[in-house]
Order: sequence, then C-alpha cells, then structure tokens
Amino acid sequence: MLETPLTRSLDFKMQTNIIPHLFRTEYSKLVAVLTRSFGIRHIELAEDIASETFLSALNTWPYKGTPPNPTAWLYTVAKNKIKNHLTRNNRFRINISENLNQEINFDEISIDFSDQNIADSQLQMLFAICHPSISAESQICLALRILCGFGLNEIADAFLSNKETIHKRLQRAKEKLNVEQIKLEMPGDSEINERLETVLQTIYLLFSEGYYSESNNAIVRKELCVEAINLTYLLLNNPLTKNHATNALMSLMCFHSSRLDARMSDSGSIILYEDQNRKLWDTELIEKGFYYLQQSSKWEVTSTYYIEASIAYWHTVDNSKPEKWISILRLYDALLSVHSSQVVALNRIWAFSKVHGNVAAIEEAKKLELKTNQFYFMLLAELYKQIDSTESMACLTQAFNLCKTDSEKEVINKKIEELKCLNEYSVVSIPNRCRA
Amino acid sequence: MKEYILLFRHENANGKVSPEQMQQWMKQQMDWIGNIVAQNKFVGGTGLLFDDAKVVNHKKFVTNGPFGDIKETLGGYIIVKADSADEAAEFAKGAPVLQGEDNTVEVRQITTH
Repeated sequence: MLETPLTRSLDFKMQTNIIPHLFRTEYSKLVAVLTRSFGIRHIELAEDIASETFLSALNTWPYKGTPPNPTAWLYTVAKNKIKNHLTRNNRFRINISENLNQEINFDEISIDFSDQNIADSQLQMLFAICHPSISAESQICLALRILCGFGLNEIADAFLSNKETIHKRLQRAKEKLNVEQIKLEMPGDSEINERLETVLQTIYLLFSEGYYSESNNAIVRKELCVEAINLTYLLLNNPLTKNHATNALMSLMCFHSSRLDARMSDSGSIILYEDQNRKLWDTELIEKGFYYLQQSSKWEVTSTYYIEASIAYWHTVDNSKPEKWISILRLYDALLSVHSSQVVALNRIWAFSKVHGNVAAIEEAKKLELKTNQFYFMLLAELYKQIDSTESMACLTQAFNLCKTDSEKEVINKKIEELKCLNEYSVVSIPNRCRA
Repeated sequence: MKEYILLFRHENANGKVSPEQMQQWMKQQMDWIGNIVAQNKFVGGTGLLFDDAKVVNHKKFVTNGPFGDIKETLGGYIIVKADSADEAAEFAKGAPVLQGEDNTVEVRQITTH
C-alpha cells in the first residue's frame, strides 16, 4: 500500500504521545510477574529482562512508530526474551524446575500477563519486600527499585545519597530476600494483619521521605508521594488488605498531598502551613482524602493513621470555624495517648495555643523540656512573639544553633528578620517590606 | 534529492539507566525523527543492540565485540533525504544522542546509482 507523506507524518505525531512513566510503571509489573513465575532468587534476571525489553522499544518505536498497544508489545517482547533465555541457559532451566518442584515443559511455558495476575504479583511482591527480616531502610529502597521502577540515580536523589551506597544497599537487600527464602505469596490468615502493618509502615515512610525530604529535587519528592499512594491503591484493590488502617493511611496521604504544591516555594524552600496560599491546595485530593476517611470509619476501630488523617482533615477546614482547633486539640490528645512522640507533643501545644491562648500554651510547653529539639524552640519563639520579643529572639537563636539543614536555617533566619522588623515598628503600622 | 545515513556512535547504556531515563530518551528520539518525518525527509532507520554482537576478521576469526577500548560504538542509524551533506548535517545537529559528551553522529552519503 502506498503511504502518502501526510498520513505518515500524522501517524508519527499521534504516536509520540506515550503515556508518562509508562516504562517505570511497566517495569514494576514485568519484574513482579516474572519473579512470581521463576522465584525470588531470579529477581535480577527479571530486572534484566525488563530493562532489555525497554531497550528493544527504544531501538524500534522511534523508527517504526509506536505499536497500537504499547503494553501488549512490551509483554510479548518480554516473553520472547524469557524464552530465548530458557533455550540458551540449561542451568537456569534445571534451577527453575527444582525451584518450582515440578517438571516443566519449557516449550509451552506461558507467562501470565493478565490484569489479575499482575495485580496479585505486585501485591505479593509488596509483602515480600516488606518482610520483617529486612530493615526499614532497605525495604524502602527495594520498594522504589522493584515496585516503583526507580533507577539508582533517582533513589540516590531521594535519599540524598550516592549511587554506590544505594547499589550496595539494594544488593544486600536482595541477598536477604534470597537467604531468608522469602516466598512470593500472600501471608496466611493468622499473620496477614501483622504483616500488613509492616507494609503500611513502609509505605508511610516512603511517603514521608517524599513529603519531608531535604532533597532539592521537587519532582522526585512529589513522585515518592505519588508512588506511596499507588502502592496503597494495590492494597485497597484486594479484599484481604482493604481494611480500616489501609483506608485511613490513604486518606492521610491524600490530605497531606493536597498541600504539596502550596508548601514549596519556587526556590524549593518550605512554606509553613500558616503562610500557605490556600488557592494552591488541591481540592480533588482533599475530596479523596475525605472519601477514604469515611471508608475507614466503617470499621469500628481506630488507629494512629485514622487520628492523623482526621487531624489532616481539620487542617483543610477554614480557620473561622470555631470547632476547628478544639477538634484538633482533642485529636492530638488521643494521638498522644496511643503514640507518644516529640513531634506529636509539639503539634498538640500549637493546637492548645489556638484554643487556650499563648500564655497558657507557654506553660504547657515548658513542661515538655525538649531542650535539644529545634522545633521546641521554634514553637516557643512563635508563642512568645507577641508577648515577649526578647524571649522570642532568644528561642529563635537556640533553634538556629540546633538545626542541621540549610533549609531549616533559612526558615529560622526569615523568622529572625521578621521579628526584628516587628520590634522596630511595633508602635507604628507594619511596613510592607516586612510582609513579603 | 540524495540520501544520507546518520550513524550514531555512543556508549552501551544497557543496565546503566533507569526506565524513566529510557522513556525520556525515546521521547526525544521520537520528537527528533517526527520532525524529519513531518518535512517528508525521513527514509528509515533502527537502533542496534549492543549485546550478542560479533566481529569477524579477515582470517574468519570471530570475536565478541566490537567493544574493546572503544566507548563510542555504532548504536543505530537513520537515513534522510537531503540536497547536500550540509543539509543532512543540520538534521544531525538535532540528534538527542549528541547530549552525551563523547557521542557523535557521522553523516555519509548513500550511493544510489
């Protein structure tokens, strides 16, 4: 058939629109399905096959055009690569037979890329990676690599680390998977809830790594949050893992994510909650957060995720609502009783000040005596601001001396400057330059 | 109008780049080629695999290769229509492969008659 130049160029134009992150998403699916087929000890082979598959795409799609169904194309090519590997590598065949404890007809081996098997494999992979025998740090690394398809550079970026360190950590973690003979399967009824707890913890850590990370790479940070949400979707799509805590964690992450754009200035520094432009809050995510909060309340239990999600919900509510801070304070009281930490205690004081005023809050804060915590002094400085500016300045100086990162120091320096302005012009109206 | 082959020479990146990076490269390559297609100057092309390659010498001796000390190996090519080597070189300037510091695009006229 004759191709007219016009249709050909149109074809090309349409076909360059490959969905964003297609390779990264498919990497996770390919590795999960192939590893499930051949056992966890062959996880690196699965990774190689996935990479080679994308390389084949890179070598053909730009020249011949994107296939009508890119995903199906990738699966077919991956299957062929596995077949070639099986034909060439006798030892691998014996190995697999022993591993799976059965004779396999390798000519007829079929790898199941159905939606169901992909979802099952990914979920099982999530449980394998979040096995209690693997350290939390390694779990996150493995999850990013295997389940999110991140490269070494991208992981190193997220952790403010280097490629070599990440590479070693991944190698050790994979060895551990092998040595512990961790199986790709769902945990039994007796242990599923306990194992799910570890999985949720890891996902939350992954999310926090993105949300609170010091990495200057805003894109990587955001993607970590998105990936944590995607992994939680996997759990919500399976009746075994769709429970109160999973819904609550999802809700919490949606609420937090809604402020991702608002809490970051153009230069990459953090904008505190009070100073954020509310128009930048993502209303769709807030609605989602609310939906999952309602879902999780169907179970008549509570969890730290649920309390934290409820607090996050109230933070999306307008300040003018009188019950806002009373509710938040009550929730912090509840959270403190199940999960006591310095951060929670300090946040509770903030809510306390909104309800009972700064003088009472200062008394309450002093009971904590967190003399090595910069946030303790930042909080005190804020509470003293309108009452005793000398004391406020002293607190800021102490906070400055305690903090370790540049972006924290930047925030405190800004506060110091603000306070200076406030003092200079405390009798007259505050000039514009101080409001910048 | 003559035909020119644009040969890409670069390092084997297999196993060194992330899926996201590969997709980015692919997008760039597609945009570049798509632009040439839109001008009706694109004839064809392909990428070349680095693995499983052989070099045969005049004694019919076969070695794995061609990756001795050479970092810049033939990694793919496209063929374009152009009136002159200079015009073809203009196309080559847009090649994403040139983002790699040591990479090159060689422009050669194809003998047609």
